[in-house]
Amino acid sequence: MTPPLLTLTGLTKSYPGVVANEDVSLTIAHGEVHALLGENGAGKSTLVKMIYGLVTPDAGQMVLNGKAFSPDKPSAARTAGIAMVFQHFSLFGALSVAENIALGMENPPKMRALAQQISKVSDQFGLPLDPSRIVGDLSAGERQRVEIIRCLLQDPKLLIMDEPTSVLTPQEVDILFETLRKLRDAGTSILYISHKLEEIRALCDTATVLRRGNNVGTCVPRDTSARDMAELMVGTRLHDPERRDRPKGATVLDVKNLSAASHSAFGTSLKDVSLSVCKGEILGIGGVAGNGQDELLAALSGEIRTKRGMISLDGRDVGHLPPTSRRALGTLSAPEERLGHAAAPDMSLMENAFLSAATRKALTSLGFANWGKTRGYADEIIARFDVRTPNNQVAARALSGGNLQKFVVGREILQDPDVLVVNQPTWGVDASAAAAIRQALLDMADAGKAVVVISQDLDELLEITDRFCALNEGRLSASVPTTELSVEKIGLMLGGAHDLETANV
Amino acid sequence: MDWSAINPAFYVASVMVAATPLLLAAIGELVVEKTGVLNLGVEGMMIIGAVCGFITAVETGSPSLGFVGGALGGAALSVVFAVLTQFFLTSQVPTGLALTLFGLGASAMVGQSYVGIVPPKMPQLMSGADLNAFERIVLGHDAMLYIGLAIPVAVWAVLRFSRLGLILRAVGEDHNAAHALGYKVMWIRFGAIVFGGACAGLGGAYLSLVRVPQWTEGMTTGAGWIALALVVFASWRPLLIILGAYIFGGIAILQLNLQAAGSTIPVEYLSMSPYVITIFVLVLLSALHKYGISRAQAPAMLGRSFHASN
Amino acid sequence: MYKLEKRPNPSNLWAYLTPFLALIATMIAGGIMFWMLGKPPVDAIRTIFWDPLFNEQFAAYSRPQLLVKAAPLILIAIGLSIGFKAGVWNIGAEGQYVIGALCGAAVALAAYPLEAWWIFPAMVTAGAVGGFIWAMIPAILKIKLGTNEILVSLMLVYVALELLSSMSVGVLRNPDGNGFPGSRNLQQYASAHNAEIWQGSSVHWGVVAAFSAVVLAYVLMSKHRLGFQIKLAGAAPKAARFAGVNPHVITAVCLGISGALAGMAGMFEVAGPAGQVSIDFASGYGFTAIIVAFLGRLNPWGILAAGLLMSLTYIGGELAQFIIGLPASAISAFQGMLLFFLLAGELLVNYRIRRAAPRTVKEAV
Repeated sequence: MTPPLLTLTGLTKSYPGVVANEDVSLTIAHGEVHALLGENGAGKSTLVKMIYGLVTPDAGQMVLNGKAFSPDKPSAARTAGIAMVFQHFSLFGALSVAENIALGMENPPKMRALAQQISKVSDQFGLPLDPSRIVGDLSAGERQRVEIIRCLLQDPKLLIMDEPTSVLTPQEVDILFETLRKLRDAGTSILYISHKLEEIRALCDTATVLRRGNNVGTCVPRDTSARDMAELMVGTRLHDPERRDRPKGATVLDVKNLSAASHSAFGTSLKDVSLSVCKGEILGIGGVAGNGQDELLAALSGEIRTKRGMISLDGRDVGHLPPTSRRALGTLSAPEERLGHAAAPDMSLMENAFLSAATRKALTSLGFANWGKTRGYADEIIARFDVRTPNNQVAARALSGGNLQKFVVGREILQDPDVLVVNQPTWGVDASAAAAIRQALLDMADAGKAVVVISQDLDELLEITDRFCALNEGRLSASVPTTELSVEKIGLMLGGAHDLETANV
Repeated sequence: MDWSAINPAFYVASVMVAATPLLLAAIGELVVEKTGVLNLGVEGMMIIGAVCGFITAVETGSPSLGFVGGALGGAALSVVFAVLTQFFLTSQVPTGLALTLFGLGASAMVGQSYVGIVPPKMPQLMSGADLNAFERIVLGHDAMLYIGLAIPVAVWAVLRFSRLGLILRAVGEDHNAAHALGYKVMWIRFGAIVFGGACAGLGGAYLSLVRVPQWTEGMTTGAGWIALALVVFASWRPLLIILGAYIFGGIAILQLNLQAAGSTIPVEYLSMSPYVITIFVLVLLSALHKYGISRAQAPAMLGRSFHASN
Repeated sequence: MYKLEKRPNPSNLWAYLTPFLALIATMIAGGIMFWMLGKPPVDAIRTIFWDPLFNEQFAAYSRPQLLVKAAPLILIAIGLSIGFKAGVWNIGAEGQYVIGALCGAAVALAAYPLEAWWIFPAMVTAGAVGGFIWAMIPAILKIKLGTNEILVSLMLVYVALELLSSMSVGVLRNPDGNGFPGSRNLQQYASAHNAEIWQGSSVHWGVVAAFSAVVLAYVLMSKHRLGFQIKLAGAAPKAARFAGVNPHVITAVCLGISGALAGMAGMFEVAGPAGQVSIDFASGYGFTAIIVAFLGRLNPWGILAAGLLMSLTYIGGELAQFIIGLPASAISAFQGMLLFFLLAGELLVNYRIRRAAPRTVKEAV
């Protein structure tokens, strides 16, 4: 029997306060798709960074093709035949496709020859791409192709893919899987990192499950149920959030033909978006990243001001009002980017509580801040939403992603809004915190409030929303009751088939 | 006033001389900014270059060695900036300001016994009073002026065609991605900063050895800041630096000529004109960008510190 | 191997310690610098930091001077610090200082020789308004067009300096001055003179204004919502927008406050210690105040202390010039060095240096 491609033995890496990987061992065979499964923070990224030479292990050993392997930098790993497609692409927006690919190669040929190679490989694996285009103008799916082609040009023995489908529509995922299977059949091994169980069951030959930095088991995904894998991954039995039927009230938030330009240079402008939300209802808005989610939240929160008549709250025209006035009237929001947008990283939790709650919680008098009262409010959020922190004087950036998210969402919910808009409420949050946040959103709807959940996590939307619509290139589809949805239908909606409703008639 | 006092050939020739310090300092800063670093210490590095170049030239009697000294002086000061911003992770704006404040003080200190001395003269390709217009404009200069013209062209070629240039640009566009690909962001920036310092030092030395030629305290009088504005003016394109520097040089010489020719405009208003025009140019460019007529080409990471978190 | 690691919370201990460490490091490095200039390093340092305060021969003169020189530095630095907190980089305080002085003096010279109680308040107002308007030029350009405020405010320094020399030989020139450049001496014009409030204390109205500015800035930045918004705009611009902070307002407020304070400082100076508008009126306070602002860690009380310290180095520098022949410019190099060390010390506040764990690679069995 030939030796395995890569064997990891007892890899350990610790950072101050956390052990990212503890005594992790696994084996990747030639020509297999090996899944690395785990929650956010389980240590998947650290593990692959060690394989890719970005991080040096504290202890342990790697053997590649029978030889000891200890890359001290990514180029050493690349030379040894390991290539990696990053979750957040390591691409340069202002440079062309060919330039980007050249940057990722050890000895790139001349630009013209490289462009020919790119075209050849892209034909071979069904990944159409024009080498001269500027990457900043490409879609997320196309950018991923740049990364993949960059890897393939090195003729890798092992291709590492970190959460590759998080930016793709279901249809694009199918295309990607086709490419990966072709690669596997050509003898390339693939280390596939994901927390999406169905994908792993569809694609992977073996799965290694990580939990809190430890290898907690290896299984054959095809023969294991998604639920068993999930429980292996999470470590406890999962319970679904409670969901009750509730009466729908009058329309609170009404958006009509909303068009607005984005704040940022590479952002997506909103085009003719219409939606409405009733009391006691959760509206889900799906879509692949970068299709106008940030802009929609900004328009609803008041960060982007719109023309009169586009947004109304309880029949009152609010589109032209700034965030503070919107808050006073009852619309609150929690943006996707926790650090830097929803919270100021270097400010304390107390100050961050003041950030969005000053008006509604009356934390000022005559413009002077009442820090005592603010502290009390911060403590209330910490207690009610189980935010793990020593005290309210800790800087926001010191909190883990899940804890900060609970703080941010809690900060808005405890202000008792009439309408709450959240973007990616559980992104990068551990399972128990995610469940708590989802439950809090459901509780709000039960209390007769209107909730808008913008998310790229379809499972989440299916789980908690009453109606669903999709954002695509800044346009919003008509809404569909969530119970009537199928995965195929969602895929079509995300891909921009706006006439779905009429087509179905 | 008497316009005929302005001889066109002399005028163009002196514009070229006036533009060279700006051009040198600006092209260095362009490379620095291309890697995503904003060094506001150009003025400080220039004046250190001016004094080091001057002292070296006077002590050795060789103006060429003077330029080497100027470049080394500017580079040495830029190393301070590079160490502070890249290893001590200080924020770039105050560090650059500190560099300028320190440079102005330190140069005055080391240069105080050199005030009033005439430096050795840089030989010119052709010189004399009887040159015709072509000879005076094209051939009547010292070697450094031609080198000054060659540097932006070389920088343009490197940035556009070479792998080094590609890496420099990549670091300035997204340091995290560059780091993920295994490029040493800190050291690449370090190198660019030192190159920028050497160029600024050359520019300063050109001021004290050719343009003025003398050493006086604070003699850069804002040239470093104008060089910073030139980078914006050129939209981070190396060849436009030459154009920008020549326009500013043209204005500087014109106002001097107008002063000499006895213009009715008071001297002070003529002297402030380069600064006022710089403001106008900056305003014009930002208006063009704002209304989408031209696209700002600033490197995406400009002014942001990088620390690899693991 | 040592490596850097970002602290979860900025260290308070180091935040207080670094200015002192920076000062000590500067004394050492400065001593080396003086030694290289052929001056006795210990004497030089003692002359700069000790003699102005405690040498019997000089202290009587130097001590009161401390407040006179510190006042404009503190006043300007307080304004700058508010902007720096918000990420609004007003580098042109020197220009605003000059314009404030010109406007204040212009009011006085226009009223001359009238003696009236309102003249001095009117001068203060004119100085503040002058500095404010000069600072609003970069502010408006930044808000309307996104023009870089660093370059514009700095260019306006040179413009202001040219205006200063134009004025001192032009419209503001003393008509009875036999053609010498420079305005009338305001010290000899009772209604306009920014005189000592108490005999022998050297406390003039500028000193009072500086101390008031410290207290007001403290209240604004730590108690008021606007101060919070200013800090937020600098610390996290996107979060500030989310909180409903209008960045344009912050830009205008920050540049406006710092311009008005710098203008006032210029006015107090021209009507008091300097006495007249002259070509060499500008003495670099607007630039040194940048060091003061950072040395005080952008905190009002810190700036108060830093202003006094920086004033001490000026006075001590003059003494050192007089006693041991230290060049005048050495002191500004010294101040620049102080800023380097201070910025470097910032690292210890936000990062800690750790020994990387020794690599113990397990032997394969």
